[in-house]
Amino acid sequence: MNNLLNPHQWVAAHADYLYNYAISRINDEEQAKDLVQETFLAALQKTNSFEGRSSERTWLTAILKNKIIDVYRKKSSGLRPAETVAAEQEQNEFFDQDTGHWLKEFGPKEIGIEDKDHIISREFEEILKKCLLKLPGLWKAVFTMKHIDEEPTDTICAELKVTPSNFWVIIHRAKLNLRACLQKNWI
Amino acid sequence: MSYLKKIIHNCKKATYLIDKKEMGRITLREHIELRIHLIGCSFCRIYGKQSRAINKMVRELFRSATQPGVKLDDDFKKDLQERIEEELNK
Repeated sequence: MNNLLNPHQWVAAHADYLYNYAISRINDEEQAKDLVQETFLAALQKTNSFEGRSSERTWLTAILKNKIIDVYRKKSSGLRPAETVAAEQEQNEFFDQDTGHWLKEFGPKEIGIEDKDHIISREFEEILKKCLLKLPGLWKAVFTMKHIDEEPTDTICAELKVTPSNFWVIIHRAKLNLRACLQKNWI
Repeated sequence: MSYLKKIIHNCKKATYLIDKKEMGRITLREHIELRIHLIGCSFCRIYGKQSRAINKMVRELFRSATQPGVKLDDDFKKDLQERIEEELNK
């Protein structure tokens, strides 16, 4: 056994952290638990590859992250899922078919977040969480990897197998969808 | 429709450019088109502000979410550690 690692303490030291990491990215408690377990078991198989250049937690998190990407990839492979098609359709209705101008009822209105130093209330945060949950799987994956993990665009495209132009369309569509959801539920 | 009119009306394109500009790069031509569009379009000006605000809020939300808020139940943890010990003794 690699003596830089201490698997006897893994669960006590890292399980909650990894669970939170997983759940904020896949929103499924059972699946998040499974992923935490799989992460530890996979880590045990490759303890030799740990060179102590990063912390034990960082190393475990990287293993978990790859597992989460696999989940995203499975979700997005094959035909475009119905949820994506529905979300695309919904936002096509925001704009005038001919000119591309906002239709009045969907056009952005101020909702109190426009100021740079606005403070987010607890209630608003709850709505934001719900709106994030409603994003189609692949959109959420692309959006989280870009905004939260701050991964380079090339990496995300390679890992999730999307083309660069499709990447920007997804970033944009996720934002359109989130914004509309916030406006609808906040006012 | 004239080229200029197209730019002035097309919020679908303008909002795409706003989001792309925020996280990546747009061409000089796109930059100019967007500037022209924003002069006349209050909807998209609000969109731009909100788009930036959402980026910031989402980042803050996730930062607070990775500090343990949800906890695994003790039974699950106990089983999991036992499972690890079993593997170690193999």
